[in-house]
Amino acid sequence: MSNALSTRRPPGFLDREHIVAGSGFNRWLVPPAALCVHLCIGSVYAFSVFNLPMTRLLGITKSAPDDWKLTELGWIFSLAIVFLGLSAAFTGTWLDRVGPRKAMLAAAACFGGGFLIAALGVSMHVLWLIYLGYGVLGGCGLGIGYISPVKTLITWFPDRPGMATGMAIMGFGGGAMIASPLSVMLMHAFSTPTHIGVADTFVVLGIVYFCFMAIGGLIVRVPAAGWAPAGYVAPRQSVGLVTTETVHVDTALRTPQFWLLWWVLCLNVTAGIGVIGQASAMAQEMFPGKVTAVAAAGFVGLLSLFNMGGRFFWASVSDTIGRKATYVVFFVLGMVLYVLVGATQYIGSEALFVLAVCIILSMYGGGFATVPAYLRDIFGVRYVGAIHGRLLTAWSAAGVFGPVLVNYIREYQIDHGVVKADAYSITMYIMAGLLLIGLICNLAMRPVSEHHHLPGQEADA
Amino acid sequence: MSDAPQESGTGVKLLVYWLLVGIPLLWGVAQTIANATKMFR
Repeated sequence: MSNALSTRRPPGFLDREHIVAGSGFNRWLVPPAALCVHLCIGSVYAFSVFNLPMTRLLGITKSAPDDWKLTELGWIFSLAIVFLGLSAAFTGTWLDRVGPRKAMLAAAACFGGGFLIAALGVSMHVLWLIYLGYGVLGGCGLGIGYISPVKTLITWFPDRPGMATGMAIMGFGGGAMIASPLSVMLMHAFSTPTHIGVADTFVVLGIVYFCFMAIGGLIVRVPAAGWAPAGYVAPRQSVGLVTTETVHVDTALRTPQFWLLWWVLCLNVTAGIGVIGQASAMAQEMFPGKVTAVAAAGFVGLLSLFNMGGRFFWASVSDTIGRKATYVVFFVLGMVLYVLVGATQYIGSEALFVLAVCIILSMYGGGFATVPAYLRDIFGVRYVGAIHGRLLTAWSAAGVFGPVLVNYIREYQIDHGVVKADAYSITMYIMAGLLLIGLICNLAMRPVSEHHHLPGQEADA
Repeated sequence: MSDAPQESGTGVKLLVYWLLVGIPLLWGVAQTIANATKMFR
């Protein structure tokens, strides 16, 4: 034992042991570290601002025959979301072991590097380099950067885990609000009559995002073993769904609870995507003559505010009413609102339409932000990062499944003679049906069976 | 342990760290609200 200790190397700068906080550390210094990462990776939601400019890289003023098509460019975002899920699933255990600094710096390198490779792809006009750079490498940065700060905040805020994770994941929602106008400003600054400034913008963004995320990695700290906030007494026994036990990440995947939560997240996200993807067109087609294209663009901006705010609001609420009850609200209120959205065109109230969709989007964001604390309640805190990583495959699945389902339903109806505006109503009713399945999954949630718990010594190790 | 006195400079660090993330976030929110107001014009 002593020999093993004497040969053990001292902790490196990036190691978890190097960033253990001292006794006088203020935990409110940690959320900004998490936000540094999430504000950057959240920019993925704004990637579509590059799509149209990238369709005229050769033609400049209009698309040339050899320019890329929008359908080809759409795969960049899809790839990034798929690799977000895959990297979160496959690196979750490693992230838990190495700690947040190494993980956040790895995410910074992947995400920033992804932009630089994509910039090379744009300047050489080689699409697969953009797929590889932003889609694959950047997507890995998204996955690694998403889960590591969340786990760290859960350990710093055992008394308010929902609020803590809500703060970080709110940053993911807010990232697009910064990235969208920033990217447009940069492209405008770099563009010339013979050159669209996409590649230059990618280079600047890659460097800025790397630096900002690296700052997060440098200022992040983990609590010392046994640390607890002042006045907080950890529960000695499991109460309801909130366990004091530990479930290993590999075991968690064999429990029905994991898969119930997988479907809860997947269905909540699928229904939300059904609205996000169609919001602008839906507002204009359901209220022709009343909602203009400019107003619809403003409406989409309003939705992103509710998407962001809902992440903090609902996750904080879940600390008071419980995670299961919070998801019951998402699904029950969601079903009512989806049906209402479908009916607003017959009522003729665009104000009611806007209000209903805004609340739906707040619950879409809230679903993302509440799920890490739900996982902590059910499986314990120790492997929550790794389990969260695996659960994010539900997001990837919904990211592919949601738009396909919505578009297919809509096209099917229009092909069968349904008026365009009415086709939205039927889609909304189907989304409400998906939420009903999600509600059933959520109501079926029970504490994990005792035989899945790690024995005391292993759980404390 | 958690009742220990705070490290020196904690107040300044809190201010700097939160401004670092708060300023860009507020800028983004302000831009979004400015766009969203077009809806009500």
